[in-house]
Amino acid sequence: MTDKTADLPQPAAVQRPSRFKELWEADLVYNLRRSPVALISLIVTLVLILAAVFAPLIAPTNPFDPASLNLMNGFSAPGVPNAFTGDTFLMGTDDQGRDVFSTILYGMRISLFVGVAAVLFAMILGITLGLIAGYVGGWIETIIMRIADVQLTFPSILVAMLITGVAKGFTPPAYRDEVAIFVLILAIGLSDWVQFARVVRGATLVEKNKEYVQAARLIGRSGGGIMLRHILPNVLSPVLVIATISLALAIIAEATLSFLGVGAPPTQPSLGTLIRIGQGFLFSGEWWILFFPAVTLLTLALAVNLLGDWLRDALNPRLR
Amino acid sequence: MTNPVLSVRNLTVEIPTRTGLLKPVDGISYDIAAGEILGVVGESGAGKSMTGNAVIGLLDRPARIAKGEIHVNGRRIDTLSRKELRQIRGKEIGMIFQDPLTSLNPLLTIGDQLTETISEHLDVTDSEAKARAVRALDEVGIPAARDRIDAYPHQFSGGMRQRVVIALALCAEPSLVIADEPTTALDVSVQAQITALLKRLCRERGMAVMLVTHDMGVIAETADRVAVMYAGRLAELGPVREVITAPMHPYTDGLMQATPDASEGATRLRQIPGAMPRLGNLPTGCAFHPRCPYTQDKCCQDPSPTRAATDGRAACWFPLTERAAVPA
Amino acid sequence: MPLDQTPDPLVSIRGLTRIFDVSKPLLNRIVERLPKRLLTAVSDVSFDVPERTTYALVGESGSGKSTIGKMVVGLLPPSDGEVEIEGINLASETDPKRIDQVRSDIQMIFQDPYASLNPRWRVRDIITEPVRIKGGKTEGLAERLLEQVGLSAADAIKFPHEFSGGQRQRICVARALASEPKLIVADEPTSALDVSVQAQVLNLMSDLKDEFGLTYILISHDLTVVRHMADRIGVLYLGRLVEEASPDALFTNPKHPYTQMLIEAAPRMDGFGREITPPEGEIPDPISPPSGCAYHPRCPIAVEQCSKERPQLERKGESRVACFLAK
Repeated sequence: MTDKTADLPQPAAVQRPSRFKELWEADLVYNLRRSPVALISLIVTLVLILAAVFAPLIAPTNPFDPASLNLMNGFSAPGVPNAFTGDTFLMGTDDQGRDVFSTILYGMRISLFVGVAAVLFAMILGITLGLIAGYVGGWIETIIMRIADVQLTFPSILVAMLITGVAKGFTPPAYRDEVAIFVLILAIGLSDWVQFARVVRGATLVEKNKEYVQAARLIGRSGGGIMLRHILPNVLSPVLVIATISLALAIIAEATLSFLGVGAPPTQPSLGTLIRIGQGFLFSGEWWILFFPAVTLLTLALAVNLLGDWLRDALNPRLR
Repeated sequence: MTNPVLSVRNLTVEIPTRTGLLKPVDGISYDIAAGEILGVVGESGAGKSMTGNAVIGLLDRPARIAKGEIHVNGRRIDTLSRKELRQIRGKEIGMIFQDPLTSLNPLLTIGDQLTETISEHLDVTDSEAKARAVRALDEVGIPAARDRIDAYPHQFSGGMRQRVVIALALCAEPSLVIADEPTTALDVSVQAQITALLKRLCRERGMAVMLVTHDMGVIAETADRVAVMYAGRLAELGPVREVITAPMHPYTDGLMQATPDASEGATRLRQIPGAMPRLGNLPTGCAFHPRCPYTQDKCCQDPSPTRAATDGRAACWFPLTERAAVPA
Repeated sequence: MPLDQTPDPLVSIRGLTRIFDVSKPLLNRIVERLPKRLLTAVSDVSFDVPERTTYALVGESGSGKSTIGKMVVGLLPPSDGEVEIEGINLASETDPKRIDQVRSDIQMIFQDPYASLNPRWRVRDIITEPVRIKGGKTEGLAERLLEQVGLSAADAIKFPHEFSGGQRQRICVARALASEPKLIVADEPTSALDVSVQAQVLNLMSDLKDEFGLTYILISHDLTVVRHMADRIGVLYLGRLVEEASPDALFTNPKHPYTQMLIEAAPRMDGFGREITPPEGEIPDPISPPSGCAYHPRCPIAVEQCSKERPQLERKGESRVACFLAK
């Protein structure tokens, strides 16, 4: 018997070269197939996102083109031909004669854009600070995490309002509408980074003591290199879950701010702006102006949230 | 022969998974008599801990006992309800786990934990329960037991904590003790103390002990008989001296040769090539045949050898009757 | 090899000491009026490792063996004392070229084969990282090394989770070899592995030692593993070297009572029904170790002097022992 080990029988599971990613995704797909709620949420989310992206192609009218508006069409009830023009609108029209269905499609674009951009901003900020806090430690960690703690004691919507208010104070009135969307993204993003930072810091503390990180330090990799190349890829799965749930929250936060009148300007109405406009007509009988944007917002937020919940369970090895 | 304390017949544990049915324990039978220590050895994934958990009814879902019977003191226990099992655990079966820290409740004093277990299983007054608790601690060698009974688990060192766990397992005077890697987390010197304690208690009380471990040395010094497990099956079961000095299953033989021994100098270790197959991917026939130096055609074909089908000790079609020369 | 006669050892360690601050946070300390708590993990350890030999450090938990390993490879700075590798002290050397040179001459193999490979990296990237970071050529390197450690070249594109524990440890060995080091520090390389796989990895390490002319510092709690691998063994107790000897001398004629206890207490394959008087006591708290010889409260032959003075490591024949009563 020789001691050469090159001809060892390998366990069969190893024989087929497969990509880790494929396996991981296959697991996720399998999980998805077994969860009808998640599947429906995914389909609804995708449909809504596609509708928003292709709004100019789908929407019957462009609600922001004054030329296409006809004041005579105002207050058309959903599905009922207008008494003056005879035009029929799927979800009715508002006081200006704008098609509610079209405004929702365009509004969703703003809502989703702000939501996604805000979460991305919060994610980048949170991951960076969390990685640094977790890996470097010491007084840098103390400062970052104390700021996070302080911010957590305020409701995030309050933080967002504060930031919007301050930003408005600094912008000349002429530009306010133009920068409003970016102020909104900044405000929501800044109010949301804390949970990313906390989760990433926690995961980093675990990973940095693992031996593969020590092995990388041993060969002289720099702190930045270790954080980016080694730790970051291993802390991303909880981040993915938080990002999804954050997206739902960011969309709602945007709607809340817009509803309160500190968010998207009327020239670029988001779902929240539409709800604010619509609630003025609720008691005069034109319910559809409020109802359809509100239901859309609810559906979007709920679907994304359920998707996030499922993702959290699916990625949690203990619940498998 | 008197009736065995624990009698396991054809025990099979199944885990249904997405890719198929796994059998971490597959058709295992053994007895343990009163006052006897049965060592169960095997490498990780061999199913040795799962066997212990199945006996005490502590299988995590979705694992389940699919076949077989478990008798304790002549009573069948694998068909009992959870509630009935709970009563038997502690009273008739004591358990000792690997990590002493997690098997004690950190929020209760060790006295509380002991008296609670005693009063639950024995019909005694509170003061009697406390007296028994002190006696139990005394017996496992905790100095000044009367004073330390009000201490919390974290106030004990690792070795002392494992003694407390043993006291807790034995305080209701069970007739069977299942010890799952009781010394693995401990240092050599403390390990020697704990195995000596287990041996003494087993002898004095006439308990049956199932000692699950991966350490051949511990088995050699402690057990009366040894069961060697491989890929969920019993490879060999026999008196410890015979199994270790003259193994009949090639796997046992390989395991012995691979274990470095302190009494030898820097010789080259003989190694078993490859690794244990994954449960989802067992070879046909004898699960050891791809790694076995003596494999013949019959070994690769179903059914796999069982101890009953061969000579009664090793589950091997071609057992090593005498120390056969290793083919060059 | 007596300490003072080793000609040009590869590794030379003098008075190595490491103290950890294990105090509670500053605020708690002020509020609860607690003193600073210092843990001396390693205290005044000196030894030499000649080229192409294996030096083993054994000890139970808290003996400081892993801390020494980390200081040797430079993952932890020493509190006192020095580590010289090829005559260069990494802590005080200022020439970055020489530091780089020494750095790539040292590699480490870790205990946990599951934590020591980045799960998101392919095996090829893991193995070649030490070379890539220095800007070296990596073509075919991973494949060659994989075959050298008994895996196949096709494994290079796989991810760590596709391998068993023993195979992962082989990958770790391959990574350690990539930068063509002279010294490999192996911290409990087989304690997470099963017996049959342990034998494979130990044999592989022996083969590679001969093939590449490697020097090992082997850290282990397992006396049997150490006996098989080492040319010289250092026994540690509570951060101090209590005995240093060749394997044969250590196992046939242990001089320090602690070594005697360790060898006696280790379970033996031929010890059927062996009844030993189990050793007394446990390892004391390293934050407040006993006075004098740290082993004296457990030592069966301790005399009064042992609790007052600390015995120095002294030459006794071939060995070095830190005990007043050793012959």
